[in-house]
Amino acid sequence: MSLSSTSKIADLLEKNETELLRNWLTELEASGLRRDDLMRSTELNQQCHEFLRMFRSAAQHENFSDVQAPEWGSVRQLLTDISRDRAQQGFTSSEVATFIFSFKKPLFDQLKRELAQQNDLLVESIWTVTDVLDQLGLWTTEVFQQAREKVILRQQQELLELSTPVVKLWEGILALPMIGTLDSARTQVVMETLLQQIVETGSQVVIIDITGVPTVDTLVAQYLLKTVEAARLMGTDCIISGIRPQIAQTIVHLGLDLSGVITKATLADAFAIALKKRQLTIVSKASQSV
Amino acid sequence: MPILETITILDSADIVRVRQKVRSQTVALGFGLVDQTKIVTAASEIARNTLDYGGGGSVTLEVLESAHRVGLRLTFTDQGAGIANIELALQNGYTTGSGLGLGLGGAKRLMHEFEITSEVGKGTCVTTVRWRQ
Amino acid sequence: MERIPILQMGQFLLVTIQVDMHDRLALALQDDLTDRIVKTSASGVLIDISSLEIVDSFIGRVLGNIATVSQLLGTETVIVGMQPAIAITLVELGLSLSGVRTAANIDAGMRLLQISLGAPFHGGLDANP
Repeated sequence: MSLSSTSKIADLLEKNETELLRNWLTELEASGLRRDDLMRSTELNQQCHEFLRMFRSAAQHENFSDVQAPEWGSVRQLLTDISRDRAQQGFTSSEVATFIFSFKKPLFDQLKRELAQQNDLLVESIWTVTDVLDQLGLWTTEVFQQAREKVILRQQQELLELSTPVVKLWEGILALPMIGTLDSARTQVVMETLLQQIVETGSQVVIIDITGVPTVDTLVAQYLLKTVEAARLMGTDCIISGIRPQIAQTIVHLGLDLSGVITKATLADAFAIALKKRQLTIVSKASQSV
Repeated sequence: MPILETITILDSADIVRVRQKVRSQTVALGFGLVDQTKIVTAASEIARNTLDYGGGGSVTLEVLESAHRVGLRLTFTDQGAGIANIELALQNGYTTGSGLGLGLGGAKRLMHEFEITSEVGKGTCVTTVRWRQ
Repeated sequence: MERIPILQMGQFLLVTIQVDMHDRLALALQDDLTDRIVKTSASGVLIDISSLEIVDSFIGRVLGNIATVSQLLGTETVIVGMQPAIAITLVELGLSLSGVRTAANIDAGMRLLQISLGAPFHGGLDANP
């Protein structure tokens, strides 16, 4: 029984490929799944055509129970490519899965026509087809998810690099203007980048400016203190600037001890201290010529 | 999980050997420099503990591999006096010897996973893991 | 037994640690250095650890002890060239070496010693005789 249903499906795919493709495209259009704003319809046709061709050739092996089997390799590969593309084109994961699910109706219709007189075989075949298409649909979702996670990870890393610029203010003076919310992963990267830059530039003074940091909690404050301590071990003085009044109050409220750290209200004040530490002074031209 | 090697810890030169072996394994596993240094330092601390308080023992290095991460597990064992109060032993500044008392607590902070089992009179086992980030 | 060499440069002693020290070697360095400070009445000690790949709590403690002992003997000690990875690890370990003076490299360490000794400051723009 089961054997004949699988061979029936293989047979049916073989004979009716053109018709199935046409019906599928109509189905896709009717269900509003054609997103002309995101991809061209020729590309969609192409993908449907390709899928059908590979689905048909995989079906010849009559193994519909496990799409992880080698004979489904090229179908999986195709769906992987399609999912990745669509993840980047901005489709949702259900839109991508529905691409596969929408193939059910044309296929069921075809089966109904072919097996109108054989109810048992029809039910059997529909079940087989449902099972395999569900598996393939889930596969696209899985790949889609992975592709999205990769995108997110890459963006996180880009953001990390973007948000930790260590700038040289003067010979021997570095500044690290921190912007945005600090979490432990980011702070660790910031800390390592800063310390590495200290070595590379041979700087004696570093200003950490937190004007752009909205809140400071215990963890962030501890990280700041650790950075200051680590810099000191390397022979570099740290100045923290841009502590806004409410953050100063938070620090007091949290009972954190910043007594060992030089703090200044503004980056300019901190820079003045840094110059002093480097035994440098800035004089105005006007006063010099007097 | 593949066991890489087991190193005996019987004198202070062995601590250096543990550091070097742990270093080369972390390099081989692709850990970053800061992570390498943290693991090697933690290994050094625990190895010294094994030597000073456990009367010597050994450490086993293992690679942990799952679908999305790689880690190094170090298992230190000794047949020494054991630790009566593990919580106290992990506290900063607590020591029954001449050290700073930073060893075990400090090592714990440098690693991602840290577990001590000990039986007084029988010995101590410290298992610790750091994952590659 | 191997020893870490101690060089004399004028009124300063210079130690460059290049090997992964085992505990006895670190303790031997502490003893040797104390002896040399007394014998030479050096006014400053520079310990260059830029080639060290690890400082654990034991070595950290030895470095701290050297600084404290030398201070008692009237000599200033500066630890120079600590690598970022080691600095981060020491802070995480809870060892901040708070009594120890630090500098980025031997040059900066030497300047630090000269300033703290009140000696003429060379190399700066406003060096006073």
